[in-house]
Amino acid sequence: MNKTVNQKAWFLILPVLLLVAFSAVIPLMTVVNYSVQDTFGKNQFFWAGLEWFKEMMSSERMWDALGRQIAFSAIILAIEIPLGVFVALNMPKKGFWASLCLVLMSLPLLIPWNVVGTIWQIFGRVDIGLLGYTLSAIGIDYNYTQDFYAAWITVIVMDVWHWTSLVALLAYAGLQSIPDAYYQAAKIDQASRWKVFRFIELPKIMGVLMIAILLRFMDSFMIYTEPFVVTGGGPGNSTTYLSIDLVKMALGQFDLGPAAAFSIMYYLVILLVSYVFYTVMTNLDKRDGH
Amino acid sequence: MAKITLENLAHSYMPNPLNEDDFALKALNHDWADGEAYALLGASGCGKSTLLNIISGLLHPSQGRILFNDRDVTMAPTTQRNIAQVFQFPVVYDTMTVRDNLAFPLRNRGADASYVRDRVQQIANMIGMESMLDRKARGLTADAKQKISLGRGMVREDVNALLFDEPLTVIDPHMKWELRTQLKSLHHEFGHTMIYVTHDQTEALTFADKVAVMHEGRVVQMGTPQELFEAPEHTFVGYFIGSPGMNVLDAKVTGNTAVIAGTQISLGKEFGTPTGKVEIGVRPEFASLQVGNEGLPITIKRVEDVGRHKIVRTDFYGTEINIIAPEGENITPEMNRVVFDTAGINVYADSWRVAPKAA
Repeated sequence: MNKTVNQKAWFLILPVLLLVAFSAVIPLMTVVNYSVQDTFGKNQFFWAGLEWFKEMMSSERMWDALGRQIAFSAIILAIEIPLGVFVALNMPKKGFWASLCLVLMSLPLLIPWNVVGTIWQIFGRVDIGLLGYTLSAIGIDYNYTQDFYAAWITVIVMDVWHWTSLVALLAYAGLQSIPDAYYQAAKIDQASRWKVFRFIELPKIMGVLMIAILLRFMDSFMIYTEPFVVTGGGPGNSTTYLSIDLVKMALGQFDLGPAAAFSIMYYLVILLVSYVFYTVMTNLDKRDGH
Repeated sequence: MAKITLENLAHSYMPNPLNEDDFALKALNHDWADGEAYALLGASGCGKSTLLNIISGLLHPSQGRILFNDRDVTMAPTTQRNIAQVFQFPVVYDTMTVRDNLAFPLRNRGADASYVRDRVQQIANMIGMESMLDRKARGLTADAKQKISLGRGMVREDVNALLFDEPLTVIDPHMKWELRTQLKSLHHEFGHTMIYVTHDQTEALTFADKVAVMHEGRVVQMGTPQELFEAPEHTFVGYFIGSPGMNVLDAKVTGNTAVIAGTQISLGKEFGTPTGKVEIGVRPEFASLQVGNEGLPITIKRVEDVGRHKIVRTDFYGTEINIIAPEGENITPEMNRVVFDTAGINVYADSWRVAPKAA
């Protein structure tokens, strides 16, 4: 059979190409453009080569922000993933209470980020906030605007409050798809509760759990709004994560070149980690024989 | 091993069952003798699996008691009943190797490591999976997984009973036969009480010493394959067992004669005057075709040659009557009557069999 050759067919992908160009490629390229130039205002730009990248690589400020960022993501993942799974395991399986739980669980997910920030900002205030006032009243020294630990704990608890539901809902969906026969067989085999979790539930929810980890990692690694509203990155720089630092650099100090170099590296880190997750996930699927 | 007694057992999935229709399993009294192989046969949704799950303790009955060797276990959890059960669809622990899967029930009960090793080897041999023992169970084919499930069911030697819930549904036909034979030989060897749920009559009749036929939540008959064939206690048993099933015709019975759509036939036995909805049931094996004026008038619709014999489908005033004719018999269009061998005629009142009066 002879295939018809028609090069005009290439034009059919033009709309997609344009869409991707305007939505992703062009904005990214402007950042690349800034990252290799320097400006002293008046819209005059000078070629700077890889200077900004070199500067950023040796910048203590960026490494500190990256360190805080990794610590933040690691801590919230270490809390939210096990906690979410634990919540999912203890949710009712069906009936009225199951529906009620689902609705309650999705509530935090529906609240806009800066509203979450505002809620916790007020909630934690020592003078009028329920949490801050109560803690002070029972003699605990808590002030997130001045104390390093208080600030970190507040930001982490806020994120756990906001996002554990997502993990729980995904894990719950995974658990619901396990046929009853597995639990019945486990009873017949006299498996303990732990073994049921270890050999039935965990393997069956592994797929959705990887997605949950990936989503939570990406979101937490890019977190900006909530800590910015609550602590503004303080006290000092103690809760200045990568995005907050980036905005300070780009808009606060108007250091466009370094900020652009910084964003590109930031983007590459997220891309790299996501790629690793993706590879792990597809390998899990392969082991399943799909 | 144990004798299992069901006392006035019934189950409803509704919290407040009002009438009999609300019960998935209707009141039932029965003994499953120690060491016998039973089949529980019935159409889908007739309560077979419900009964099985009550015996294994996965479900607690709405009423009645279950006794193992005269000890009441009605409310005892599954783990205390020492029962093995194999389900319709394969259940394997994906992340474990085949060996660990087979060893799992033994290890959970704290069995000795060397015993576990030998026993797993023995079972693997039985299900033909010795070469795969160190593979992960994940990614095996459905029949391999089901063989593992069967193996896990059989690995414990001291179980009170072995329950099978349509275990061969996902298995290839030739493998089905082989596994069934193995189950049967296992039964001979160890003498476990076995209950095998199926909707396939061949499977039931070849596997079991005794077959319990269930219909709409009730055990309608329990007997040897021969009893089910010769004297079905309920018209459902007649329909369900046999290929094709029993012919059931509305009739008016008085003494030793029946009148069917105006034609009188002899029953050969005395039945009195049964009341209610009276029917007679005759298996196709006991019907034969004739030319003449004797018997019921029929017209032949179709002849199906199935190899060993012929199945003749005929029409009797709108009701189908099936006849099994020997392979060599010549079926001609002139044949216009069907006659029944009186040895094979059963009388039913309201679907239940009426026993003939002793002569």
